[in-house]
Amino acid sequence: MSVVLTAILVLLGLALIFGAILGYAAIRFKVEGDPIVDQINALLPQTQCGQCGHPGCRPYAEGIANGEPINKCPPGGESTIQALADLLDVEALPLDAEHGEEKPKMVAYIREAECIGCTKCIQACPVDAILGAAKQMHTVIVDECTGCDLCVEPCPVDCIDMVPLPTTPQNWKWDYPLPPQQLIATDAARGQAA
Amino acid sequence: MKSAIRIWDIPGGIHPEEHKHESTQRGLEPAPLPKTLILPLQQHIGARAEPVVQVGDKVLKGQLLAEANGIVSCPLHAPTSGTITAIGPAPYPHASGLAELAITLEADGLDQWTTLAPISDYRTLDPAVLLEMIRQAGISGLGGAGFPTAVKLKARPEQKTQTLIINGTECEPYITADDTAMRYKAAEIVAGIEILMHILNPDQVLIGIEDNKPEAIAAMREAVGTRAMQVVVFPTKYPSGGEKQLIQILTGKEVPSGGLPADIGMVCQNIGTLLAIHDAVLLGQPLIKRITTLTGAALGRPTNVEALIGTPIIDLLQFAGLKPDQLYRLVMGGPMMGFTLQDLNAPIIKSSNCLLAGTREELPPPPPAQACIRCGLCAEACPAELLPQQLHWFALGKDYDQLKRQHLFDCIECGACSYVCPSSIPLVQYYRAAKAEIRAIELQQHRAEHSKQRFEQRQARLQREAEQKELERQARAEKAARLKAAKEAEAAQAPKQAPADTEAPAPVAKPAGLSDEQKQLKIAAATAQMAVKKANKQLAANPDNEELKAQIAELEKAALEAQAAFEAATGGAAAPPAVRAEASDKPARKPVDENLKKAKLDLAMARAAVKKLERELTATPDSDELQQQLAQARTTLQEAEKALHAAEDASPIPPPERERVEKRPVDEATRQLKTDLAMAKAAFKQAERAVKDAQEQGQDASALEAELASSRAALDQAAKAFADHMASKEKV
Repeated sequence: MSVVLTAILVLLGLALIFGAILGYAAIRFKVEGDPIVDQINALLPQTQCGQCGHPGCRPYAEGIANGEPINKCPPGGESTIQALADLLDVEALPLDAEHGEEKPKMVAYIREAECIGCTKCIQACPVDAILGAAKQMHTVIVDECTGCDLCVEPCPVDCIDMVPLPTTPQNWKWDYPLPPQQLIATDAARGQAA
Repeated sequence: MKSAIRIWDIPGGIHPEEHKHESTQRGLEPAPLPKTLILPLQQHIGARAEPVVQVGDKVLKGQLLAEANGIVSCPLHAPTSGTITAIGPAPYPHASGLAELAITLEADGLDQWTTLAPISDYRTLDPAVLLEMIRQAGISGLGGAGFPTAVKLKARPEQKTQTLIINGTECEPYITADDTAMRYKAAEIVAGIEILMHILNPDQVLIGIEDNKPEAIAAMREAVGTRAMQVVVFPTKYPSGGEKQLIQILTGKEVPSGGLPADIGMVCQNIGTLLAIHDAVLLGQPLIKRITTLTGAALGRPTNVEALIGTPIIDLLQFAGLKPDQLYRLVMGGPMMGFTLQDLNAPIIKSSNCLLAGTREELPPPPPAQACIRCGLCAEACPAELLPQQLHWFALGKDYDQLKRQHLFDCIECGACSYVCPSSIPLVQYYRAAKAEIRAIELQQHRAEHSKQRFEQRQARLQREAEQKELERQARAEKAARLKAAKEAEAAQAPKQAPADTEAPAPVAKPAGLSDEQKQLKIAAATAQMAVKKANKQLAANPDNEELKAQIAELEKAALEAQAAFEAATGGAAAPPAVRAEASDKPARKPVDENLKKAKLDLAMARAAVKKLERELTATPDSDELQQQLAQARTTLQEAEKALHAAEDASPIPPPERERVEKRPVDEATRQLKTDLAMAKAAFKQAERAVKDAQEQGQDASALEAELASSRAALDQAAKAFADHMASKEKV
């Protein structure tokens, strides 16, 4: 009987000691902020376009951290979904068509002859990529434009177009080779059966 | 003579057929002067050069056409004299076949040099001055990659250069440009090496040449003589000519992964680059020509030419006896690392060392790729000791993290693995695609980080502005409250001051205590003031009117008298009414700065005067007097403007703030309808004007009136549609 009691007391004592250590560690090594949000935010494309329904990329990162689906970001597309799935260890879902579809990289282009200088697009641009002043012609700084579309809607004279970035020798990419041909007919049949 | 230095071996490597003798039979020939030269602004690694000439300019041979844009960039010079005919997209020798911005030069056939500044004794010059000369001469590596030479020479300024390596390997099949240069221009090359020795002051200079070029070796040995440099001969193997491979062969040291030769105290330069350095320093000539190999079975007389940069490829091929019907594939560079050209009108650029015009037998289409059988031959052939097979699998699976871990970026894309692959898998193409993809992803991440910063800074700015506005609003509210309290206190005092004056209706805002007589006097004073102001205004319009001046003087006198009478009537005890009125008015209105107001009024008056004079002047354009007046009025306007600015600066009232209005998104249909309405309105107005004009000129306006009616109908319709739409939206 006394053996059992001793064992219980020893275990209880150990539990108290370790509990105290853990409790101290929790206070001493407390991590400020929510690093998972930062990690998620780092994977998002930072276009700040709001297509996910949040006012910017960071709010969506917070939303994902709170369990929102990871497939609401059309500018990021498949690769972002894949990266988020890897980070959060969840299943990669196909892009939610409700929020838009993956498009090639676009930049805004102002037809300058039609611009009336109302500054509405300047106020809409989340990254200050539009240059201009009241009653002065506006223009887009192509290198800073994220292609978020937000300037198109406020324009009262509809002079903003979204144009795909042209391919130049500087940003051209080698293609992957075509997949190897099926040389042996039975291979193809086997592939279908499997 | 046996080379005294020890040589090492590199792992892997292959021995493809050399095909070098075809193009070495005719020596070095000058290429004919082309009619048109195309000079792409990007012939080097780094930023595109910035043109400094314009279309139509006449330029001389060697004149600067485009200047370097940043540190890692290269200027561009005119290869011959002539006229600039275009600056814009032009054919460009690139694997993509895309056009690139270029300067097009129409040769005048005179080939007239600009003034050159050769240096006879460079040894007295500071190395930094020589580096700048090399940079200004537009020299970028002529071996193939095209990295700006001046940047490469001082890549690691803190690291002392122990070994200068001259790359005369030229290991790729078919190419003999460096071989030819060494055979016929050995003395110039050695002079170029001496310039580099003066700049870098290395402990050791090694000239590496493969043993399949005996003539070049002999010529170089003779030119070197007893100088402090060594010609090192080593066995032929592809790809010994890679910079990192050559360093390993000559010194046994390996360039660390991701590092530069400069990290281990080495600088490696190509033969062609040395020739260019010689020309730049000793002759003062910028880089405008290079030695290019023209070879391949589709050419009648394969040879090496000294061609001007920018010469169209088709001109060179015709010079070498092109047989168009036999040409199957045209490659720039060699068969292992070159790329297929799509446009024969593209020019040769600074890095074009070879044009290979192959027949179908010579460069057959690649056999279809088969499955990898994991034989491992590729790993044995790889000179960088990578695992090509693993890289292939990861590239197929697009596993970019694994590719980076397997050192994909140490791959020099030499093509040895593809060459030995029994399944004919185009391995290098996978690596190139994967590298491009990884670079694109990294660029995108970099941009995302950049946009994030900009977004956050913008948010911070907006918040700061909002806080500032809130603070100002609070300050205004406090001030208003203070003034209100003061006014109430005054109002409480006022009834005590004039309790007996029962006749006065005691208006709340007015200062109490003015009798009827006093009021009349006040009105008279104000009227007199107004008359003075009016006269002043007229005077501003006609400054020379003597009569008006006299009138004003009289009026001013009358106004002063009226004011004095009024003040006398109200008594010395009462404060001057103007001040009192101001004090009582202040709480009700916004704060007013009298000086500012006056300045604004003056400006408006001056502006009106100028406008009036301008109008008059259009009626009688020949009146000198009017013109003089106008000039005077304009100076008055400018002065008034200045005064206003000064008053604004001096004024305690902040300039009016613009308010940002949040606009609710407009749906597609509403916007369409709005646009329609606005357009209909505009059409109607135009028609109306047209009718009026026609009527004034007494013309028949019936057709126009019909148009007016129809546009009015259209306008009504558009207005109705818009109203209906808005109504239906409100119902929803």
